[in-house]
Amino acid sequence: MATVLERPAAPEATGERRGRGRGGRLAARYVVLTILALIFISPLIFMFVTSFKTRQEATAVPPSWIPDDPTLGAYRAILDAEGTPVLRWFANSMIAAAANAALVVATAAMAAYPLARMDFRFKRVVFALIIGTLFVPPVILIIPNYLIVGELQWLDTLWAVIVPTAASAFGVFFLRQFFLSLPNELEEAALLDGANKWQIFSRVILPLSRPALVTLALLAFLTNWNDFLWPVYVLFSPETQTLPPGLSTLQSANNVRYDLIMAGAVIASAPVLALFVFAQRFVIEGVSRSGLKG
Amino acid sequence: MSTPTRPTEREVAAPAPAADRLQASTARRSRSGRRTSWATPWLFLLPYLVLFGTFVLAPIVYGVWISLHDYDYTLPGKPWVGLRNYTNLFDSESVTAGPFWDGMKATAIFTVFSVPLLLVVPLAVAVVMNQRFRGRNLFRAVYFAPYVLGVAVIGVLWRFLLDRNIGIVNHYLGVVGLPDDIPWLTSVPEAWVALVGVTVWWTLGFNAVIYLAGLQDIPNELYEAAKVDGANAWQRFRNVTLPGLRPVTSFVTMVTIIASVNMFGQSYLMTLGQPGTDTRTAIYAITETGLRNFRMGDAAAMSYVLTLVLMLLSLAVFWLFRERKS
Repeated sequence: MATVLERPAAPEATGERRGRGRGGRLAARYVVLTILALIFISPLIFMFVTSFKTRQEATAVPPSWIPDDPTLGAYRAILDAEGTPVLRWFANSMIAAAANAALVVATAAMAAYPLARMDFRFKRVVFALIIGTLFVPPVILIIPNYLIVGELQWLDTLWAVIVPTAASAFGVFFLRQFFLSLPNELEEAALLDGANKWQIFSRVILPLSRPALVTLALLAFLTNWNDFLWPVYVLFSPETQTLPPGLSTLQSANNVRYDLIMAGAVIASAPVLALFVFAQRFVIEGVSRSGLKG
Repeated sequence: MSTPTRPTEREVAAPAPAADRLQASTARRSRSGRRTSWATPWLFLLPYLVLFGTFVLAPIVYGVWISLHDYDYTLPGKPWVGLRNYTNLFDSESVTAGPFWDGMKATAIFTVFSVPLLLVVPLAVAVVMNQRFRGRNLFRAVYFAPYVLGVAVIGVLWRFLLDRNIGIVNHYLGVVGLPDDIPWLTSVPEAWVALVGVTVWWTLGFNAVIYLAGLQDIPNELYEAAKVDGANAWQRFRNVTLPGLRPVTSFVTMVTIIASVNMFGQSYLMTLGQPGTDTRTAIYAITETGLRNFRMGDAAAMSYVLTLVLMLLSLAVFWLFRERKS
């Protein structure tokens, strides 16, 4: 009964009353939406297009949306360049982001497991302490962490961008929520079979949590790949830089070579955009979930 | 230690009828929890806690200690100066007060203009994207895409697009008959329009996705009821959507304020802090003081003052949203 009553009120039905106007309105709506969306992503399209232009065409007025003479020259120029080894930066970024994501997921999953599924003394205190730091603004950590990283002899090495950001309070919180939602039965069966806690964790909990682990890994990878402020100050030699600080040196070194800078920007965007297209649902759901529970 | 209880468990588990299984399983879980050694949970927590202690907890305390010293990284002596780094910030004669408060002012300007836009525009996007139409997911992805890119890409891209002479923004403004010579990056207030505009473009997808999740949690029955009562679309938005989104909105407000107060990369890359140091934000001032000039005591003190301001702001937001509820 209820469903029958609801139907006529559904959004699509409103246009129907106007009969023939519906098709036209729908088309108009798509046209407007599409134009807005195109304007919205046109900066990214222009970035992509410019990276295939010659030096002259990149700064020509009026701007062209299709290169007259498409060339990979800009890519070739920066990949080989002496002071701006973009290929090296790309590799550094990959290593740093992958290592950081792995560290985040491994430590957060291990920490979240007892917090979700064991009883022990000081559990609440530990959990409150971890969650409490979600509200600590990161600016507080910049100066002391710079000195700590210096003490560890990690300045100007990739360790500085892999390890300090790996203690993810959000990760612990996110995985704990997920572990809490898993059914008890499988864990119990494993317990009866004589499995210890580590075996339960690695053979029961982790395989069941794959979607959550992947989501966290993606978010951690994305964050690390894009991090700018910290690497700008802790990585200073050209060979140790990651792409974000690398782009800023590329900009200051070639203020007029926008073909080069855009090629660098495309290289820095390509993996995350590809990842996003590939794992769109994961990323967007991860973000909205993190939002709702915060 | 664990063996004695196990036979009893088996006995209980085997004959338990399906209906009782849920209860029995809860009982067994707490018992199995007691059986484990006290060290087990801590071994699981250890790797995380080492990282957490070293790079989160210790720095919070260490930062206070640094802020109480004349901590020049490049010099051997780091004498204790008590609260002088803090009092200097409030003494217009000192060298640190000027840059810091200029940065705070820039941050305040940016926050005041970007936060309202980042509350309203993403809401509009979310409301549109919440309707049912084909290709909706593609449009959602388009609006979210810029957010996936880092501030470095955004910064160098828009420095190019907003270039006074060769930038396409001025070019197209000229094409539609508007002034085509606007100094977007080198003069205020134009630079603020650029920084706020780019930030809104870049991050609106993030807020829109959170709103979208909130919209989907509003029960459809409420809209049906409002329709039955004869409410029009605007009235339904005012009386159903907005109240339903209140918890989400308070979260979005908080996150957006925090992000705006932490603005750094956009002005570092797009305007280079220009004109003069007008668009140099608080974080920019702190990192330059601490990590460029190595005056870490001053920078640490600045970061705690900024944090205090941020906390007061958060409390105000919290209070604002709670007040309206009752």
